Amino acid sequence: MAQVPKFTKIQELIYELPIERVMKKGVIRVSPETSMTELKEVLRVNRISGVPVMEDDRLVGVISIEDLIKALVEGDVEAPVRKRMATRMITVRENESVVEAVKKFAQYKVGRLLVVNDQGQLTGILTGGDITRGLLGAISLDYHAEEISRYRAKHIFEDIASDQTSLILRYKVEPKDFKKGGNASSKIKRALDRLGGIPEVIRRVAISAYEAEMNLIIHADQGGELIAELQPDVIRILAIDQGPGIPDVEQAMSAGFSTAPNWIRELGFGAGIGLVNINKCADSMKLESTVGVGTRLEIVIYLRPESREKQNHKKEEDQKPS
Amino acid sequence: MTSLKEIIDTLSLETVVSVSAEGRSVMGGYASDLLSCAMKGAKKDYVWVTLQSHLNVVAVASLLNLVGVIITEGNRPDPETVARAEKEGVLLMITPKTTFTVVGELTSLGVRAETQDPGRW
Repeated sequence: MAQVPKFTKIQELIYELPIERVMKKGVIRVSPETSMTELKEVLRVNRISGVPVMEDDRLVGVISIEDLIKALVEGDVEAPVRKRMATRMITVRENESVVEAVKKFAQYKVGRLLVVNDQGQLTGILTGGDITRGLLGAISLDYHAEEISRYRAKHIFEDIASDQTSLILRYKVEPKDFKKGGNASSKIKRALDRLGGIPEVIRRVAISAYEAEMNLIIHADQGGELIAELQPDVIRILAIDQGPGIPDVEQAMSAGFSTAPNWIRELGFGAGIGLVNINKCADSMKLESTVGVGTRLEIVIYLRPESREKQNHKKEEDQKPS
Repeated sequence: MTSLKEIIDTLSLETVVSVSAEGRSVMGGYASDLLSCAMKGAKKDYVWVTLQSHLNVVAVASLLNLVGVIITEGNRPDPETVARAEKEGVLLMITPKTTFTVVGELTSLGVRAETQDPGRW
């Protein structure tokens, strides 16, 4: 299959943005009887490069700074606009997307397009510069919206004050549903990304959550639940099921030991290192299981190096003989 | 550091998703068909060589932010896997060659893995 190039943000925008969002509205106009000298003043005062020519309410032509320069060169500045205007008028509809205007600029090699509404009335004028400005504006708006939403997500724990705030993400994991394998863990990973987690820590969380999720899919008779409890400085991941239960937890924790059947091993699971991986990633893990009742795996990962150190320090303090 | 584009061209890999390889660098490589091993050994911006071609390959690659997955021995991911890869932005590449051959070619292009035990986090 051929590589389809990815759309850039600009390409997306020129298809999304309607012309009316970027055009100049409330168009300044001149009458056909305006002299070229008067036109020069209109262009100068309004700092524009061209205007539509209207007779009563009817559009009869367009006149631009290029036409004015030609008139100056030819010493024809007292001529009425009617004599020197262009009567070929290229229009676009205000509700079309910007890409239509881009096409017309390329096709007709004109400096400005006349924008009309569905009734054919002139509502604005559009130059290449308007498109550039409009796109830049839209990009920065998009960027700001994204920045704000990121900022809010990052500071959610500061915004919502309580003695202990936590965000709980719960996922139901279906038994033997390999197609959904990794769905819950990638959502947990995305949440941490959103909250501004440290990449190295997010990686450890993603690996632990994935292995716990796959264990539920592979081993739990009725599937189970994957719960991530997020606090400002720690994440606690719980994987809970209702059986079959692990007969020998210590053996299950040893590298290379797996009870996965052959068909699951062929898929690349059951290497017997899932729990070992979790243990390496986690700051602490607790696996409790009773055959016939179920299994409960608890993983704790500190989200900031400071909070891990603080916790370790506390542990040492607790262990000191009094 | 080898560019992903160079790897695709030199190894004549077929890309099965429309994720762009343009401007992406490969920081290292990892090969295994066991998913938990890949979870442990593959790192961000690594290329992973495996003959597994099912959905969970995409999940692992996405969780680890791999630069792409080379699926060997002519295995083709099913449409559902391709669709998921598109969604997650995971570049899947396929080749009739064996994992051994692909790894050899990657090595001669300068793709390296960390020499230390991947068990260290």
